[in-house]
Amino acid sequence: MHAQSKIADNGVNVQALLEAREALTQAPQAAQFKWRASCEWINGTHSRSKVDTFFGLGEEQKHRQTFSYETDHPELFASKDVGATPVEVVLAGLAGCLTAGIAAVAQNRNIQLRSVKATLEAGMDIQGILGIDSDVRNGFDGVKVHFVIDADASKKDIEALVAQSQKRSAVYDIITNPTDVSVTVA
Amino acid sequence: MGTRAEESRTGIVDVVVIGAGHSGLAMSHCLAAQGIEHVVLERGQVANSWRRERWDSLRLLTPNWLTRLPGFAYSGDDPDGYMSMDEVVTFIAAYARATKAPVRTETTVTSVEPHAEGYSVTTNRGSWRCRAVVLASGGFNKATVPAIGASLPAHITQLTPLQYRNPKQLEPGGVLVVGASSTGLQLADEIQRAGHPVTLAVGEHVRLPRVYRGRDIQWWMLSAGVLDARFDAVDDLGRARGVASPQLIGSRERQIMDLNALTSGGARLVGRVAGFRDGTLQFSGSLRNVCALADLKMERLLAALDDWADPEGHGASIDPPERFAPTIVPEKPCLGLSLNSGEIRTVLWATGFQPDYSWLHVPVLDRKGMLRHEGGVAAASGLYVMGLPFLRRRKSSFLHGAEDDARELSEHLMNYLAALPARRATRVAS
Repeated sequence: MHAQSKIADNGVNVQALLEAREALTQAPQAAQFKWRASCEWINGTHSRSKVDTFFGLGEEQKHRQTFSYETDHPELFASKDVGATPVEVVLAGLAGCLTAGIAAVAQNRNIQLRSVKATLEAGMDIQGILGIDSDVRNGFDGVKVHFVIDADASKKDIEALVAQSQKRSAVYDIITNPTDVSVTVA
Repeated sequence: MGTRAEESRTGIVDVVVIGAGHSGLAMSHCLAAQGIEHVVLERGQVANSWRRERWDSLRLLTPNWLTRLPGFAYSGDDPDGYMSMDEVVTFIAAYARATKAPVRTETTVTSVEPHAEGYSVTTNRGSWRCRAVVLASGGFNKATVPAIGASLPAHITQLTPLQYRNPKQLEPGGVLVVGASSTGLQLADEIQRAGHPVTLAVGEHVRLPRVYRGRDIQWWMLSAGVLDARFDAVDDLGRARGVASPQLIGSRERQIMDLNALTSGGARLVGRVAGFRDGTLQFSGSLRNVCALADLKMERLLAALDDWADPEGHGASIDPPERFAPTIVPEKPCLGLSLNSGEIRTVLWATGFQPDYSWLHVPVLDRKGMLRHEGGVAAASGLYVMGLPFLRRRKSSFLHGAEDDARELSEHLMNYLAALPARRATRVAS
């Protein structure tokens, strides 16, 4: 019998994350980040957003490449449907954030992941955005996220991974808590 | 012991201990045992915070058999009970008498500052010079209220647990209790029993059964070594020190106090207070997850206690393992509540406490105003602190936690004094 356990490899460099955490504890100013996107209207409900630069660790940073996202609406809204609706992009953001968190937490807890799949569904009463009923909010009336995870861990440990990833998720926080939004026009 | 110092209200002494609560008195006892000359300065009477800054119904979260100080233990006939505040005050006052602690009552420290030979301690009744100072003034002097409190409308009465005594002081109507640690749950429970509709805002919390497998949870935590976990052996000390007090209540019935107990009495659970906009308090959508986290952590702890107990051979003398129902979260948690509807009359902020160091003029506070220290040895020579959460061990902020901390810190302090150049022989006494 070998008591020695394997080291999980989920492709997350936890050591680097822990070192960054330690360094930023000592220098909280460097932890101040700015995330950015730019967007340009194409036609109808079709817009193109680009993500390129951000600010962090005290200086300007740049992605390895410029990422571009088309957003539009489905044909049943009389649109061309050349991209996901913006609310679906929000769901994609939540899924990406929670899943990255699961990988990082699993790595930190030495849990080997084999597969992590999420399906998301958000309810919305579009009487809100159409201005039919002012008592109905524009946004989601709730978000359901369902994970199916295959990993070297008990069901309870997997539930704990998922709970911890919510606790540390930026997008989860953005969706569950209000944020002050300021919109200006040149 | 310096009888000269005991008689004088001011002068030169080796050590000034600030605060004659359980921590300061435990330290005093250990200093006396080492023959270290000291005084204990107390702004009010012995056990002042326990007398004046606690709500009426509060009882200790630890059973009487565990309630002890160095050289002094509970000797009554109810070892499984939990002391009321009157009983705590009686216990601590008896300790002060038994140990003949050199306490100066009604002596409020207004300033501690570095001085050539150590520190200068100014009070409303003269000043002291000393080579070392022990801050035993408590970890719970000020109630923490989120900034949002300042923006609530004037017709809402806001209270902190330091102002709250009992439900009689509340005006009729709904009460929003913010915070689901032991304080929030205890107050929500008694306010609800007094007939007020209660809404409880729940952030991260620690769920813990009062009694597990027939024994008090504190027996488990002590016996399995959880309470003795040391500050230099935990993964994330900052987090350990910030953990909310577990959802416990000390009561004759030894009842389990959790969110399910409150909701079965009618309370409504909402997420943590997240914002206030257009007259509406906004609650986080994270309620489900904070409850899931607390349930999972409790289960993990209970499983660890089972793993500890059964090989230890306790299995025969204690009840079989048990598990508790998951926290019931409303299907559609309320995300916003208008403060203009009249539904909420009072907001009670049970959002934590912090020490008051406004009189401490020594550069040892971090950017968040917390004292920088290593297991009670502050980041300034000759300055020590007692009684803060997880100071040296998980039990440090409990009454019985003072004993080991005082013993170790007094030894550190003695070595510190021994390494200093000898003090000039002459003493100044007024």
